[in-house]
Amino acid sequence: MRFVRLSTLCLLLVLCVPQAEAEYADVVLNRTAEAAGVRPVIYPHWFHRMRFRCKVCHSELGFVMRAGANKIDMAGIMEGKFCGMCHNGEIAWNVEHCDRCHSGLPGLKSGIRGGDSAGGPGYW
Amino acid sequence: MNSADDNLYRNSPRAWSLLGRVWVLGLLLLLSGAQVLAGEANPWVRLEADGLHDPKGGAIRDLQQPGEALAPLPRDVVGNMVRWVEALRTGVITPRTNILPDTKIQVLDLDIIYPNTGNYNFVRFPHKAHTEWLDCSNCHDAIFAKKYRGTTISMANILEGRQCGQCHGAVSFPLTECNRCHSVDSQNFAGKFGPQPVAK
Ligand code: HEC
Ligand code: HEC
Ligand code: HEC
Ligand code: HEC
Ligand code: HEC
Ligand code: HEC
Repeated sequence: MRFVRLSTLCLLLVLCVPQAEAEYADVVLNRTAEAAGVRPVIYPHWFHRMRFRCKVCHSELGFVMRAGANKIDMAGIMEGKFCGMCHNGEIAWNVEHCDRCHSGLPGLKSGIRGGDSAGGPGYW
Repeated sequence: MNSADDNLYRNSPRAWSLLGRVWVLGLLLLLSGAQVLAGEANPWVRLEADGLHDPKGGAIRDLQQPGEALAPLPRDVVGNMVRWVEALRTGVITPRTNILPDTKIQVLDLDIIYPNTGNYNFVRFPHKAHTEWLDCSNCHDAIFAKKYRGTTISMANILEGRQCGQCHGAVSFPLTECNRCHSVDSQNFAGKFGPQPVAK
C-alpha cells in the first residue's frame, strides 16, 4: 500500500515538473562551428518571424527549407551571404557580436527543435 | 441514529487512512493544477534553461526571452504558443514582406478542399493564410503541383515531414492539431471538392 502511494507520488511529481524544452522551431547549426572551436549557433525562428515573413529568407535570400541543407560558413556571412545578408550593421547588428549567434551549449547536434511536434519535424 | 456512522469514522483506522489518501490526492491535484495554471500564464521556457543556450555564453543577456516577446501576441496552446495568422492579420506584428526593392509580393485567396480522409473530417487548405507568409515558389512546384490533385497527398507523407509536414511540425503549428487542417465536417458537407469559389 505504502509502495503504491509512493509510486503515485513519484508519477505525479514527474508529470508536474515542466521539462526544459527549446522554443518551438529553434535551429541548431553545428556543422562546423564546434569543430572550429566556437559554440554552436542557435537560430530562433520565433524571433525572426515577428520581423520578416518566411518568404524573405526562404525565397528572396534563398535559404533552403531543410535543416542542414544550407552550407553556411563564416566567410560567406562576412561577404554578406546567409545570415550576413541582414547581420551587416544595416538591417541588423553586424557580425562582431559573435556570442549572440554562437550561443549554444557544447555538444549540440544540428537540426530543428521544438516541444510540440507529432514526432516530426523532418525525417525520423 | 448517527452513532453508527460516527463510530465508523472515529474507530475504523481503515476509513481514516482512506480519508487521508483522498486528501493527499486532492492536494497533489491542486498543486499540479496550480502548476498548469502557472504554466499557462507564461508557458515559455527561459533561454538559459532551454537545454540549448549556454548559460555561460557571453551574450545570453543580450538575447530576448521568448516569454517577453511573445506574451502580448494572440495566445495559442501549441508550438510557439502564438496564433501567428491572427497576429499578422490583426497587425500586432508587421513582419517585412521583402528586403530587395523589386520583389513581387503575391497573395492568393483560393481554398482547396480534400476528400480522401477516411471517415475523418475533410481538409481545407487556404492559400490566403499561406501566401501572406510564403512565396508561391516555397510550394510550387517543388512540393505541390499547381493543379488540384496534381500531387498525391497523404497523411503518411505528412507525418514524415513531407508535403504539408515540411512546415507543420517544424515551424508552423504542429501536426497534433488535426482539426485545424481537417476542418470541414464531412457529415454535413454539400459543396464540391477541389478549388473553392472565392468568397467576395
Ligand atoms: C549572425 C550570426 C553569426 C555571427 C554574428 C557570427 N557567426 Fe560564426 N557562424 C554562424 C553560422 C550560422 C555558422 C555555421 C555554423 C555551422 O553550421 O556549424 C558559423 C560558423 C563559424 C565558424 C566555423 C568555421 C567557419 O568559418 O565557418 C567559426 C570559426 C565562426 N563562425 C566564428 C565566428 C566569430 C569569431 C564571430 C565573431 C567575429 C562569429 N562567428 C560571428 C553565424 C554567426
Ligand atoms: C531570418 C530568416 C528566416 C525566416 C524569416 C524564416 N526562416 Fe525558416 N529557416 C531559416 C534557417 C537559417 C533555417 C535552417 C537552415 C539550415 O539548417 O540549413 C530554416 C529552416 C526552416 C525549415 C526546415 C526545418 C526542417 O525540418 O528541416 C522550415 C520548414 C522553415 N525554415 C520554415 C519557415 C517558415 C514556415 C517560416 C515563416 C513562418 C520561416 N521558415 C521563416 C531562416 C529563416
Ligand atoms: C532577413 C534578415 C535576417 C537574416 C537573414 C538573419 N537575421 Fe538574425 N536578426 C535580424 C534582425 C532584424 C534582428 C534584430 C536586430 C536588432 O534587434 O537590432 C536579428 C536578431 C538575431 C539574433 C538575436 C535575437 C535576440 O534574442 O535578440 C540572433 C541570435 C540572430 N539574429 C541569429 C541569426 C542567424 C544565426 C542567422 C542566419 C542563420 C540570422 N540571424 C539571419 C535579421 C536577420
Ligand atoms: C497540416 C495539415 C494536416 C494535419 C495537421 C493533419 N492532417 Fe490528416 N490529412 C491532411 C491532408 C492534406 C490529407 C490528404 C487528403 C486528400 O488527399 O484528400 C490528410 C489525410 C488524412 C487521412 C486519410 C488517410 C491518409 O493517410 O491520407 C487521415 C485518416 C488523417 N489525415 C488523419 C489525421 C489525424 C488523426 C491528424 C492529427 C493527428 C491529422 N490527420 C492531422 C492534412 C493534415
Ligand atoms: C503552402 C504551400 C502553397 C503555397 C505557398 C502556394 N500554393 Fe498553390 N497550391 C498548393 C496546394 C497544396 C495546391 C493543390 C495541389 C494538389 O492538389 O496537388 C495548390 C494549387 C494551386 C493552383 C491550382 C488550383 C486548381 O485550380 O487546380 C494554383 C493556380 C495555385 N496553387 C497558385 C498558387 C500561387 C499563384 C501561389 C502564390 C501566390 C501559390 N499557389 C502558393 C499549395 C501552395
Ligand atoms: C511551406 C510551408 C507550409 C506548407 C508546405 C504548408 N503550410 Fe500550412 N501554414 C504555414 C504557415 C507559415 C502557416 C501560418 C500559421 C503558423 O505558422 O502556425 C500555416 C497555416 C495553416 C493553416 C491555418 C490557417 C488559418 O487561417 O489559421 C492551415 C489550415 C494549414 N496551414 C493547412 C495546411 C495544409 C493542409 C497543407 C498541405 C496541403 C499545408 N498547410 C502546407 C506553412 C505551410
